[in-house]
Amino acid sequence: MFYREAGQFKSSYAADQAAFPIAQDRIFIGIWLLIGFVAIPLLSNEYLFRAIFIPFLILALAALGLNLLVGYCGQVSLGTGAFMAVGAYAAYNFWIRIPGLNPLIAFVLAGGVATLVGIVFGIPSLRIKGFYLAVATLAAQFFMDWMFARVGWFTNYTPSGSIAVPPISVFGFEFDSPVRRYMLCLTILVLFAIVAKNIVRGRIGRGWMATRDMDVAAEIIGIRPMYAKLSAFAVSSFFIGVAGALWGFVHLGSWEPLAFDINRSFSILFMVIIGGLGSILGAFLGAAFITVLPLFLNQLPIWLGIEISTAMISHIEFMIFGALIVFFLAVEPLGLARLWQIAKEKLRLWPFPY
Amino acid sequence: MGPFIEVLIAGLMAGVLYSLVALGFVLIFKASGVFNFAQGAMVLFAALSFVRLMEFLQNTFAPILLSLAITIVIMIVLALLVERLVLRPLVNQPPISLFMATLGIAYFLDGLGQSIWGSDIYTLDVGIPKEPLLLFESVFEDGILVSSEDLVAALVAGVLVAGLAVFFQRTRIGRALRAVADDHQAAQSVGIPLNYIWVIVWTVAGLVALVAGIIWGSKLGVQFSLSLIALKALPVLILGGFESVLGAIIGGLIIGAGEKLSETYLGPLIGGGIEYWFAYVLALAFLLFRPQGLFGEVHIDRV
Repeated sequence: MFYREAGQFKSSYAADQAAFPIAQDRIFIGIWLLIGFVAIPLLSNEYLFRAIFIPFLILALAALGLNLLVGYCGQVSLGTGAFMAVGAYAAYNFWIRIPGLNPLIAFVLAGGVATLVGIVFGIPSLRIKGFYLAVATLAAQFFMDWMFARVGWFTNYTPSGSIAVPPISVFGFEFDSPVRRYMLCLTILVLFAIVAKNIVRGRIGRGWMATRDMDVAAEIIGIRPMYAKLSAFAVSSFFIGVAGALWGFVHLGSWEPLAFDINRSFSILFMVIIGGLGSILGAFLGAAFITVLPLFLNQLPIWLGIEISTAMISHIEFMIFGALIVFFLAVEPLGLARLWQIAKEKLRLWPFPY
Repeated sequence: MGPFIEVLIAGLMAGVLYSLVALGFVLIFKASGVFNFAQGAMVLFAALSFVRLMEFLQNTFAPILLSLAITIVIMIVLALLVERLVLRPLVNQPPISLFMATLGIAYFLDGLGQSIWGSDIYTLDVGIPKEPLLLFESVFEDGILVSSEDLVAALVAGVLVAGLAVFFQRTRIGRALRAVADDHQAAQSVGIPLNYIWVIVWTVAGLVALVAGIIWGSKLGVQFSLSLIALKALPVLILGGFESVLGAIIGGLIIGAGEKLSETYLGPLIGGGIEYWFAYVLALAFLLFRPQGLFGEVHIDRV
């Protein structure tokens, strides 16, 4: 009853092709935008911004990018951390080498560099499939880790190999407080989500999905596999590169190559899988889950009043994290987004059984 | 010529160690189609259990044998639990979900092993000789220095592979395993119980992990980084092919030799530390010519 499509007639082509043709969806998204842009900045404190909201927004952007590649185009990539690193280091280099460059433009350029690198490392996907490809993308991960640690030019020859950047400012407007940085990340994320939503329901996205479902069949009906796969790598890397630049500049402020190691790749892949492959909403749900879970596990012993050593806590955290992932996969292999879909179907009929 | 052969041999020996880890991957992938990322964590877990049990049992009459036996039991229990709690609920799910689940197992085992057994570095001494040997002194100027530890490792790996080959070819269970590897549904329809086979395979993989753990552990000390040697075994896998035991061995040798040779001769030119990624790039180069690895099965797609 609450999620009723009946009676919502479309009387123009524009209405028929809208991104969200159902009124309830539009209301729902409007509510979330209000919460994101108004309620959270008013209600939450600095700690919440730093520990939860800003990392969540940036990782959601990265997960969104990876979901385009893995969920929509079916090319499994374990090199997300590397592409984030490319974004972060490229933004840094543009920013220090071109004086007075607007940081936002540096982010976009960094995304462009990540796109190029993504295309280069996406080329093997034309020949290699499945897990062979997944392992092959690890080559990107290890090569980038090595390159940023060893080649001094990328870090501007800082002796420690770590990079520090001051708070960014755009046209004299300083993004120095957590609220402002949060708003910046949120705006970028919303823009990218709109772009992603529209790509996947258009011609390019349909090509990706056909390639994912069966690449030979897709080729036969006239989708160029090279174009589809490389465009997925390109778009996904752009998203991830921008996320990496934000992660370095806005969230961390100073970082070393370890910030983008293979665990980062895995955690973002977890977000995509737990959230739901091939779902924009899933990227958000997965990112929220994986960002909040470690914090929750960290606080749990304190709430329960149990005294454990920190090493022990981290081991137990690992265990619970691993067990929960298996549990979630067993209970709902299609991810959290699927739960929301089921809920919508129930709401359509509620309170009647059928 | 002498130094070159020395590096080559060292590389081949290191490669054998990689193949030991890769073997566990191949066994599980063949029988259940699961890309088991937890193999490295299993190596760590088995080695930790073994070394700590040895410590507890050091006053008994045969600490090594006893702790070996107990660790084997632990690995069997582990296989049972994995089958019951992970594989069975996830049957018929897409391979990527199963892969993610094994990542979950890896996290779990890393945490469990270290919270039960402790997270320090433990030295493991099972009586493998450590003195390097000097061979072919008559042929080359300085002879060739070979680590006897690596020789033992190579020997063990050889015995293990031979044993597995006999097991697969000659025993009833081995034949059932091969049938499952060929075709799950066909195997099930002739009455081979899949769940039982999975337990066996995970047990065998656990035992391979134990052997790898003991050898790696006595070389490097038992510590968390053992869990990461899985990442070293991955290029071996894609080079050799996921489905081939022989591929794991040959792949290991190629990767090991390539890595050491490149580090020695190419490393100084471009900044050192390249063994970190060289194996991956080497494997990738091979893949561009044979996308299914050297000995992997060719899949023919039909629409």
